[in-house]
Parts: sequence; structure tokens; C-alpha cells
Amino acid sequence: MSEFSNEQIERYSRNMVLNEIGITGQRKINKVKVLVIGAGGLGSPVLMYLAAAGVGDIGIIDGDKIELSNLQRQTIHATENIGMSKVQSAKKFIKRLNTDVKVTTYEYFLNKDNSQEIISKYDLIIDGVDNFQSRYLVNDTCVYLKKPLVEAGIIGFVGMVTLILSDDGPCYRCLYPEIPDRAPTCSKAGVLGATAGIIGSIQASEAIKYIVGIEENLNGRVIFWDGLTSTIHEVKLHRNKDCLSSSPKRK
Amino acid sequence: MKISKTIDLTGELCPINFIKAKIALEDLNKQEILEIYLDDGMPIKNVPRSLELDGHIVLLIEKANEAYRVLVQREGLNV
Repeated sequence: MSEFSNEQIERYSRNMVLNEIGITGQRKINKVKVLVIGAGGLGSPVLMYLAAAGVGDIGIIDGDKIELSNLQRQTIHATENIGMSKVQSAKKFIKRLNTDVKVTTYEYFLNKDNSQEIISKYDLIIDGVDNFQSRYLVNDTCVYLKKPLVEAGIIGFVGMVTLILSDDGPCYRCLYPEIPDRAPTCSKAGVLGATAGIIGSIQASEAIKYIVGIEENLNGRVIFWDGLTSTIHEVKLHRNKDCLSSSPKRK
Repeated sequence: MKISKTIDLTGELCPINFIKAKIALEDLNKQEILEIYLDDGMPIKNVPRSLELDGHIVLLIEKANEAYRVLVQREGLNV
């Protein structure tokens, strides 16, 4: 999209008037390829805001089908689509919102056999998975392939979010080297829908900032949101020299 | 004074007129001059000021029938 149509100028006008984005930034957004892993609670706001902003090419990977219990937080999916694959439902949502966006769907889960091939096709990766095994796989693959990763997790009323730039920053394993004891999975535990909305929206914001080149970002910092007390804590994250992540160059 | 490009933004509302001016300026080289026609009211009040905040230089604002004629020199890098 080198020339904007009148319709595109109107659609993206509130991005373009921002000095930090402008015409140049909007062109970058319209060209970038982003992979969203998981079309659930976090994926919903992420996909919605990235598609609305005009991200040129969005890949969505998820092997799940929509269940009734998902709809309390997975807001891009509709009651009439229960039983449909989440990636197909997500694609329908995006096409209704913005036909500028090219959508590629992967109707299965990321695993160690397909993760490198899929992740290598994209400029930026956004993690919206619901278990630690997948999160480590996403982290390790992004570190190995040097792909920027917007990482997040939610449970109950709390959530965390950070930006992992494998070249010069800490990664998820520097924060959690191994699966924490008694870690519940999201599918087994309660979560407030709005927690996913808040944390997923921060992911979308960090993604757009990274795409247009705004340098003040969450690399090396983790934000923890506590919705019960309505407070935000921030911790500095440093690279762990004994990090278990798979890239030998990091050691 | 050589004008490199002219755009008629009469009938366009904020912020679309401003964005179209930004896009037109992006196509010019530094110090080249863009001629813009803008409506009275909010457009003539806001667009030249916003372009100046982007770092461009507004050289002239004059009445042209019902509208205004504005000359802007491309300077700002942040388009």
C-alpha cells in the first residue's frame, strides 16, 4: 500500500495524525507481518486492535474450537459460532472489521516440529497461549530465530506483559527459568474477562509501538497488573547468564 | 516562488485535510513549496498551525474567493 485511498486515509486518520506514527508509521503498519499465537482471551483484543490499525498480514495459530465457556472473555467470537474453529471465527471477525488485512490461519497448535517454520515467516510474534509448555516453546523459538516477542499471561484478576527482543534483552526464561510449582493453567482456573482485555490491549499497544519504531517500550521491564487492588507494579528484568533458552549465542 | 504541487482541500474536514497535506508534503523534497486551498473556519484555523508543529514553514495565507490559499515550505522530517 504505497498510495493511500481516500477510504484508507479516513480509516487510519487517527493513527496518522499522531506525531509518533504519522504517514510513515502507518505505511509500516500496513506492510508488517504479525503472528498471533492463540485466538483466545489475549488474542481477542490483540487481533481486534491490530486488524483495526491495518496490520498488513496477520497469521493466527490455534487448534481449539469455540466453547460456550470461552465467550466470557474471548470477545471476538460469537455465540452462533460455538463449535467453529477459533482461527476461522477470528478470520471472520477481522474481515468484517477491515478488509485491508490479509489473514492466514493455522488450524492446529504450535509444536516443536512446526514452530520454527511458522514463526520464521513473521516480523513480530504475539504470545496469547494458556500454558507454560507452549510459552517456553514460543520464547525459545523466538530467541533462536531472533524474532521480537510480545509476551503476556493472565490468571484471575492479575496479568503480566513484557517485550522480548532476543538480540539485546532478557527473555521469558530469564524471568521464569522453569515452570513454577503448582502453576494452574488458564483453562482450569478462573479469569476475569476484563483482565484479558487489559493485558491484551497492552500487548497490541506494544506491538504497534515496536512496528513504528517507538523506542520506549517494555523490553527489559515487566508490568504486573493487579485488578483486585487496581495497581500496576513494574520490575526490571535482567538477562540471566545461565538462561536455559536454546540459543547458544545468548550464553 | 516556484510551486511544486497544488492540492485543493476545500470540502475536507479535520483531520483528513491535515493528513492529505502531510501526504502531499511527504512527496516533496526539502524546501519545495506546496500550495493548499482550505475552507474558512476550523480548517484555516487548524491546518497551517498543525503543519508548523510538524516543522514545516507556512509562507503565506491569503483569502482566495470563499476559501484560503496557503503556501507551505517542506521542512519537517516527521511526516
